[in-house]
This record gives sequence, C-alpha cells and structure tokens, in this order.
Amino acid sequence: MATLQLNNVVKSFEDTQVIQGVDLEVKDQEFVVFVGPSGCGKSTLLRMIAGLESTTSGDIVIENQRVNDLGPAERGLAMVFQSYALYPHMTVEDNMGFSLKLAGENKEARREKVLEAARILQLEPLLDRKPKALSGGQRQRVAIGRAIVRNPSIFLFDEPLSNLDAALRVQMRIELARLHEELKATMIYVTHDQIEAMTMADKIVVLQGGVVEQVGSPMELYHHPRNRFVAGFIGSPKMNFLPVSAESAAADGVTIRLPGGDTTRVPVQGTGCQPGEALTLGVRPEHLVLDETGPLQGRIQVIERLGGQTSLYVEMDDELITLMVDGDVTHRVGDEVRFTFEPRRGHLFTGDDMALESLERHPLASLTRLDHRAASDAEA
Amino acid sequence: MNKTRASGRTVGGLRTLSLQAPAVTLLLLWMLIPLAMTVWFSFQRYNLLMPGMKGFAGTENYEYLLTDPALWSAMGTTLLLVGWVLAITVVGGTLLAVLFQQDFFGRGVARVLAISPFFVMPTVSALVWKNMMMHPANGVLAWMAESVGLPAMDWFSSLPLTSIIIIVSWQWLPFALLILLTAIQSLDDDQVEAARMDGAGPIAIFFNITLPHLKRAISVVIMIEMIFLLTVFAEIFVTTSGGPGLATTNLAYLIYIRALLDFDVGTASAGGVIAIILANIVAIFLVRMVAKNLED
Repeated sequence: MATLQLNNVVKSFEDTQVIQGVDLEVKDQEFVVFVGPSGCGKSTLLRMIAGLESTTSGDIVIENQRVNDLGPAERGLAMVFQSYALYPHMTVEDNMGFSLKLAGENKEARREKVLEAARILQLEPLLDRKPKALSGGQRQRVAIGRAIVRNPSIFLFDEPLSNLDAALRVQMRIELARLHEELKATMIYVTHDQIEAMTMADKIVVLQGGVVEQVGSPMELYHHPRNRFVAGFIGSPKMNFLPVSAESAAADGVTIRLPGGDTTRVPVQGTGCQPGEALTLGVRPEHLVLDETGPLQGRIQVIERLGGQTSLYVEMDDELITLMVDGDVTHRVGDEVRFTFEPRRGHLFTGDDMALESLERHPLASLTRLDHRAASDAEA
Repeated sequence: MNKTRASGRTVGGLRTLSLQAPAVTLLLLWMLIPLAMTVWFSFQRYNLLMPGMKGFAGTENYEYLLTDPALWSAMGTTLLLVGWVLAITVVGGTLLAVLFQQDFFGRGVARVLAISPFFVMPTVSALVWKNMMMHPANGVLAWMAESVGLPAMDWFSSLPLTSIIIIVSWQWLPFALLILLTAIQSLDDDQVEAARMDGAGPIAIFFNITLPHLKRAISVVIMIEMIFLLTVFAEIFVTTSGGPGLATTNLAYLIYIRALLDFDVGTASAGGVIAIILANIVAIFLVRMVAKNLED
C-alpha cells in the first residue's frame, strides 16, 4: 500500500486562503481521520489529495513521488463521495467495473475483480440492479466497492456515512473498520462527527479554519488536547470550561483558585505562568463527580437520564456546567449540588487558549489500532 | 378498493361525470368537430370554384391524391425536413449545452444570445434569412463567399430544401439548447468527479455520464420538435413557396396548395386525413420511445 506526505500545502480561492500550510504524514496502512467543524477545509484538503482540486503551493507526495501535477486518475487513489455519486444508468456491476472498462481491461478480468469486491461487501445478489433500486446502505457499499475494484494505494472517504440513519451508520462504521483490517489499506476519512473519528482512527487530524490544530491518536487528543478548541471539539458531551486564576505556578504543578474560593493543585507544567494570571480550567463532564464536600457548587437546571448515565446541567455563576454521573442518582431539578474532580483530570489553558502540558502522560495516549494489529501479527 | 371507485365513476361518493363534463365537452368541441368535418369533406366532391358540383365522392379524393406524385414527394420532403432538423438541433443543442455549461467570461450574455432566435417569429426569421443572409446579391453568405473568391450562390434555387432546413434548424436549435442546458445543469458534480477519479477523460465523461443523463431531455426535445416540425409552413411560404417545382413542398404546404390555390377542399381534406395518419404513425413510435425513457 502507500504512504502520503503533505508539505506546507496551501489552497487559495482568489484572495481567501482556505488551507493555510498543512504538514502531515500518513503511514502505510494507517486510518487517518480529518475532523473539524463545517467550513474548516477538511473536504477541500481531501479533494486536493484526490487531485480534484488544484494545490496553490506546497507538495503532495504519495509513495515518495510528488503528485501535484498528476490528474486524479493517475494518482492511484479511490474516493467514496458523500452522495455516493453512483452512475444512475449503470447496473451495480457496471458501476464497479467502470474504471476497469476505461482502463481497457477485458470483460472476464473485469467481472472477476468486480465479483471479488462484491464478495467482500456481500453485494453479489445486487450486481444486476440499478442504483435507484438499492437502499442507502447498499448504495454506500457499492460506492465502496467501486473504490475497492480499482485497488487504490489510498482510499479517500468524504463524509461517507452522513446520509445514513443512525443505526445504519453504526453498522457501516464497524464494516469500514473491518474492511480496513481486511484490505490492510491506507485510508483517509473526512467527517464532522467526532464519534466516527474517535472510533475508527489510528490518527486524528483536527482542523479549524484551514489550520491543523492537532494531530494524534484518539486517546492523545482526548487526554492531552493541545489547545482549547481541540479540548472542546473532542469528547461528548463537550468539556466544561471555568475561569480560574493561578495562585502559584511551578514546573511541578499549578495551584489555582476555583470560582468557589477553594484552591487545588493541577499537575501541569507551570513554567512561564505568572501567579495571579487568569487561566481557564477544562474538566470533562465524565470527570466531574458529585461530592458533598466538593469545592464547586451550583443548582441543577436540567436532568437528562439515559439509563446507565445521567447528565446534570448545573448552573454555576451564570454558566451551565455539564456533569455525567451515575444513572441511579436521585437528584431533582432545582437541587443544590456540590461536586469535585481529580486534579490530574484538569486541563489548564492560558489566555491564548493553549494548554499547559501535563506532567504525566496518559498510559493510553500513544495507543493506536495499528499497535493492536502489530501485536496480533506478531502473535500469528 | 370498492368497485365503483375502480371504474372511475364515483370518488368519495361523488359522481364525477358532471364535474368532468365541461372539460370533456370542450375537448370534444375543440378536437372532434374539426376532425369529423375534415373526414366528412374528404369524402365530398367540394371545389370552391364549382359550387354546383357538391356531392358524395366516395374514395375519389383519396384515389386522386394517392396516385398524385406530389403527395409522395411532399411526404418525402416532410420526413427529410423533420429528420434533418431533428438531427441538427439535437446534436448541435447537446454540444452547445456542454459548451455553455463551461465557465467562461460573458457566459450569461452568450446564453441569452444563443437562445434568442427562438423568440423571433417564423415569418420574420424566414424573411431575414431570405433577404439578408441567403440573398445572392446582397446576402451575408454571398458576401462571405465572394470575399474568399467563390461565386455567390442562389441558395433557394440551387439548394432549396437545404436552405429551408438551415432556417428551421436555426430557429429550433435554441429550443433544444434551452431544454438540454437546464437538463445538464442538474447533472451531479460528484458523478463527474467520480468518473474523473475512475480515469475518464472529457470525451469518456461526455459519452458515459453526460449523454445518458440527457437521454430523457433529448427524447422530450425530439417529441416536442416533431409535433411542430411536421407542420412547418411559414418558412416555406415566405421563402420558396414550395418550389422550385415541388422541391420544398411538405405535406402542410401541399394541403395549403390544394385548398387555397386549387380551391379543392375535398382533396385538401383527404390530404389532411393522410397527414393525421402519418402524424399518428410517427407518434406511436415516439410515444413508445419517450415513455420508455421516462420510465427509467
């Protein structure tokens, strides 16, 4: 399969720069997810890799070859579109075999490859149908099949699951992950859904406004977000942010004063941080725990019971704080609650929204699915 | 579903005949009476110059017409005219639609200009072509030929039917362009991009993606144009008057000659009935083709 490198890639439309100098390295067999809010440039970046969009400056390198000037077909990539983009007048078989037909392969060779792809995707019974006679999930699979048939060096997916209903999306997510194992292919996947990103990626690229905010494994982004945007974007429900001030700061931790007046010591690298400086404390809803002696308190505004878990929306100093707590709590709307968090679960952000580095790296932060595969390959 | 509803007589307990009656009556008056009169006249001996000779003629009008070489010549001319104009407008319209779909400076103005011939009435456009384009002495085409050293040509006497085909095509090309351009705009960009990823060049995209997408619109263009092209009259009347000889006399013009130049209403009516039959034969093929395309 293949590797991909982006070196300072820029895309401008007239005078607006939509991709502002992206550097990225994608390893062989890696599943990379581009994630970000709409308009962040993730689809544009994917289309530039595909060759559907020209590159204003910078290099796109596939397997040590600069491909900037190659057309989309010559780059040896395959793309699955959000709308599937199946050819409506062709049968499933012709759809999947179209690229081979254009490449001048004969009918038998074509049929063999299409059947092979159809087997992987369980599409055999549908080969003679036209796209309009297929369900959304089946169309999605045909679009993937069309990509597989080309035997591309890299698969590109442009929000492939966003047109499916929730149940089907979960199913296709699992199917895609399975496909990635089976084909041992390099895949680049664009989505705005951070759950898709977290569940499938070896490596997540968080984009905002055409700039890469952070690149890392899902657990790295979750436990060590580099800045406030990544911290807020990854994780659901969203991370809570509280204004705090630094009491004392040192290389082995920062003592902060919480809104209630209590102090706590967060184990982050505090060099360069001044006592008295205004900071933002970030704590994920699932890391806030109810505690009658806790330093934080507020009044419950809304309760969402999901069964296993309950979300409490607590008003504190005119801000709504989210707590994910056990499903069996008996609180009611209007109750005053006190809560706390483990200091090591706290993230501190400076005035320019950059995170202070944790002193201890989370043990899972470097874990990727590639490591799992390497381990299982070694056993075998 | 209850039985009466299936038969269409009552819906929701309402008898629908009285509601349909105005529309049905209007249609009957509008279509059946002229048709019946045409059929009736076609079996009459009815010449405006000989008022006293009226009477039942049997199949005499038909025999006269069917043995008249002018009829077969007119039918051939009609089919040639329809066929060529359809070919030119559909092929040209498709290519122009692809062209005008591209992004270029002044596209909006170019589109309006390309479509504008359709707004010129047939008589006027025929006159413009006759006196300003194809005129052997002061026509643009003659001037162009002379400026490269070729002899000027008298279009309407050397290539009469070709001239008519050119004029009618010029008028109908914008119509085809208009319909096909709107159809091509509904082509999904993703499909074209998917084809590019699959390795299709511009020509492969045209034949494998664009043309199949336009199939339905093309069949609509063919159907609508055919209806109007079978009855082309003004262009012929203004330019060649069906001549030289019968070179540009189509069925509609032949009926006009019989009815209003020869004053033979009976034979003209018989010609009308034959035209209806011809139109129906064409329509059967056409409706099948269009219906099949619309089903897909």
